[in-house]
Amino acid sequence: MRVLGAVTVVALAAGLVAGLGLAPREVTQGNVQRIMYLHVPSVWVAYLAFAVVFVASIAYLAKRADAADRLAHASAEVGVVFTGVTIATGSIWGKPTWGTWWTWDARLTSVSILFVMYLGYLLLRGMIDDRERGARYAAVLGIVAAFNIPLVHFSVIWWRTLHQPPSLMTPGPAMPRVIITALLVNFVAFSLLYVYFVAKRVHLLRREAEAAA
Amino acid sequence: MWKDLLLEHRSKETLNALFFFALLLLFVFQFTLGPDRERLAGALPGLLWLGFILSGLLGLGRAFVVERENDCWEALLLAPGDKSAIYVGKLAGNLLLMFIVEAMLLVLFGVFFNLDLVPALPALVVVIGLGTVGFAAIGTLFAAMTTQVRARELLFPVLLLPVQVPVLLATVKATEAVLLGEPLGAVAHWLKLLAAADVVYVAVGVLTFDFVLEG
Repeated sequence: MRVLGAVTVVALAAGLVAGLGLAPREVTQGNVQRIMYLHVPSVWVAYLAFAVVFVASIAYLAKRADAADRLAHASAEVGVVFTGVTIATGSIWGKPTWGTWWTWDARLTSVSILFVMYLGYLLLRGMIDDRERGARYAAVLGIVAAFNIPLVHFSVIWWRTLHQPPSLMTPGPAMPRVIITALLVNFVAFSLLYVYFVAKRVHLLRREAEAAA
Repeated sequence: MWKDLLLEHRSKETLNALFFFALLLLFVFQFTLGPDRERLAGALPGLLWLGFILSGLLGLGRAFVVERENDCWEALLLAPGDKSAIYVGKLAGNLLLMFIVEAMLLVLFGVFFNLDLVPALPALVVVIGLGTVGFAAIGTLFAAMTTQVRARELLFPVLLLPVQVPVLLATVKATEAVLLGEPLGAVAHWLKLLAAADVVYVAVGVLTFDFVLEG
C-alpha cells in the first residue's frame, strides 16, 4: 500500500512536469489548454470507476462476498469525486475558452447526469441502516446505472447534436507527440491514484465493518 | 396484481387523489405561464411530460405502500415461486394506473388549454406508451427498494429522475414532433431508443427484483 502511494506520488509529479513543463504552449488557447492534462484523465478514471462498480455489483449479487460490496462502494465514491473534478476543471477551462462556465453541450450534460446518478447511489447507501440490505440495493442500483450510461450517452448526443456538432472537444488531426506523451503520463498517474484511493477506502471500510462487528 | 387492481378499484384511493393532483398541476401551469397561448403551445410537450412524471412519481411511490402498512412485506418475501412474477404483476398494475392518469391528463389539457389533440392521437399513444413502460419499469423496481428505506418519499424521485433522463429526452422530443403533425417516421430514432430502453429496463427489473425482495 505504501509503495503504491509512493509510486502514485512520483507518477503524479511526472504528470505535472510533463503537462506544465515539457508540453508546449497551445497556440490558440494558451496555457489554459494545459488543464486538459487534469480533465481528460479524470473522465477516464470516472468511467473506469463506474465500470468497476458495475462488475463488483454483479459479483456481489452472485457471490455475496462483502469484499465485492466494499469495492463497489469505494469505487463509486472515487468515481463521483473524479466526475466532480472533471466538471470543475471543464468549467474552469470553459470560462476563458467558451466564455461561459456552463453550457448544455452533449458531453457536459451526459457527464453531469452520471454525476447525479451516482450521487443518488451514494445517497441510497447512506440511507440504509441494515448493511446487508444496503449492499444488495446498492448493487441493483449499480447495475441499473451502468446499463443506463449508453442510453444517456445516445439520447443526450441526439438531443444536442442534431443542431450543433460537439466539435469543440475533439482534438485536431495532428496532436504533437509531446502532448500525447504528457497526456499518457497523466493517464497512468491518475489510474494509479484511482487504485490507491480505492485500496485505501476498501481498507477503511473493512476496518469499519470489523469495528462494528 | 389482481389484488392490487381490486384494491384500487374498491378504494379508488390513489386514483382519486391523482386525478385531483393532475387538475391542480394544470392550474399551476396556467398560473405560472400566464394566458399567453403561443408560449403555452411551445412548452406543451414539456408540460405534458412534466405532468406525467410528477403524477407518476406520486403513483409509483405508493406501489408498495399497501404491503408495508399492512405488514404484508414478509408475505411478499415468503411468496413461493418466482419473485419476478411479483415484479411483472406490480409493473402491470402501475402501467394501468399511469395510463389512466395520462389519459385523464390528456383530456384535461385538451379541455382547459383548448387544444385539438385528436389528429395527433394515434402517434401520441405510441410515444406515450413506450415512454411510460420505461418509466414504470424502473419506477417499480426503485419503489420496491425505497419502501424499506428512511426518507423514502425523498429518495425515490432522487434515484429515479436521473436514471429517467434518456426516456424523458426521447419522449419530449418525440411528443414535440408528433404534436407538430410530423409522422412517426421522422422520430424513428427516438422511438428505437425508447424501445431499447424499455427492453433493457424491464429485463434488468425482472432479473434483479429477486435480490430486492430478499429481506
